[in-house]
Amino acid sequence: MFNHYQVNTLRFDAEKCNGCGMCATVCPHAVFAMNHRRAQTVSTVVRPTACMECGACQVNCPTDAIAVESGVGCAAAMIRAALTGQKEATCGETQCDGG
Amino acid sequence: MSTPIRSTSSRIAPADRWDHFLARWAVNRMGHRVEPGLYALGSPTPDAPVFVTANYTLSFDTLRGALAGVDGYILALDTHGINVWCAAGKGTFGTDELVQRIAATGLTEVVRHRTLIVPQLGAPGVAAHEVKRRSGFKVEYGPVRATDLPEYLKSRHATPEMRRVRFTLADRVTLIPVELVGALLPLLIALVVSCLLGGLMSALAVGAALLAGVVLFPILLPWLPTADLSMKGFILGGLVALPFSLAVFWRHGDWASWLQVASALAWLLILPPITAFLTLNFTGSTTFTSRTGVRREIYAYVPVMAWLFGGGVVLQIALRFLS
Repeated sequence: MFNHYQVNTLRFDAEKCNGCGMCATVCPHAVFAMNHRRAQTVSTVVRPTACMECGACQVNCPTDAIAVESGVGCAAAMIRAALTGQKEATCGETQCDGG
Repeated sequence: MSTPIRSTSSRIAPADRWDHFLARWAVNRMGHRVEPGLYALGSPTPDAPVFVTANYTLSFDTLRGALAGVDGYILALDTHGINVWCAAGKGTFGTDELVQRIAATGLTEVVRHRTLIVPQLGAPGVAAHEVKRRSGFKVEYGPVRATDLPEYLKSRHATPEMRRVRFTLADRVTLIPVELVGALLPLLIALVVSCLLGGLMSALAVGAALLAGVVLFPILLPWLPTADLSMKGFILGGLVALPFSLAVFWRHGDWASWLQVASALAWLLILPPITAFLTLNFTGSTTFTSRTGVRREIYAYVPVMAWLFGGGVVLQIALRFLS
């Protein structure tokens, strides 16, 4: 109840994973963990709902095993985009918050 | 022809602190920049580590301030004065800029090794394997927070704790001034309009609902129930509305009881959506909300906010004619 953050666009294809561990390194929310399966190391999604769709894992995956529709989870930018019909601005172009 | 190497130190001067203060209050928001390029911190040798950062003064100063006693190089990318994480999301702190900046500064001639320490939060913009292929430099993702760098440099290993982004009370309080400045104009307009329409008490109530969303919410965020920021805002706004709602019964003790109840109800309809709308907008400042989740929140809550607020205003206006 009152949790709209339980689904997201993160998809992981274990078949393509080469076990480099980059996803586990770059994720700021510990979504991935490296597991030993048979003789090889592969990544596993251990905290799927913690994903904030920043896209770091996808960008740094050398084997395209990760897909995520990355973007900034900023309601102000989305509402502004919806009202003006323009594409979503991110921090820096407007008075957007975020430091 | 490569750009010159500037020198810098880990000392944060009073002028730097003043600049940080202004940045936190959104004064000249896009103007807090350092020149992009290569900086020598202390007396670095060709084997000294290279740290990559953004050309936003707060990012640059946080990095150098954390490196007291370290001799190294700082490579400041041109992110147009935006911090590392936001710029990485946008791509300005990215593979292309990094590769070009390495070439422009002649970094290959300055250091003997081929390793760059890039902040972990720069990863959404930087493809480490691409940088390696295009520049020969290996990207090593350092910790999320620059303050963990001294510990990281001992072993070149970040603990799981160093890899996790946080959103501490101090982090959240730091955001309040910039949130306040951003909300100033709507705040003043709302105060004037509500004062003209409903008098001083109305302005006070609306002002309280707005300030709850901007000031109280960042502080109370983790302690308010539910996961959705809008719902947290409705709860907080409800608490703020309660005294204004109850005050109707003694302020208008002479009214018929059904008028009193209706007027009290009007406040409970009008105020919480104001706070909730502001807290929904705080999603852009948090360190954890996904775009998918925020979009779903918008669709779920914005219509409810509009109906409650609209209903409350209509009720309030009707009551003015009836009482």
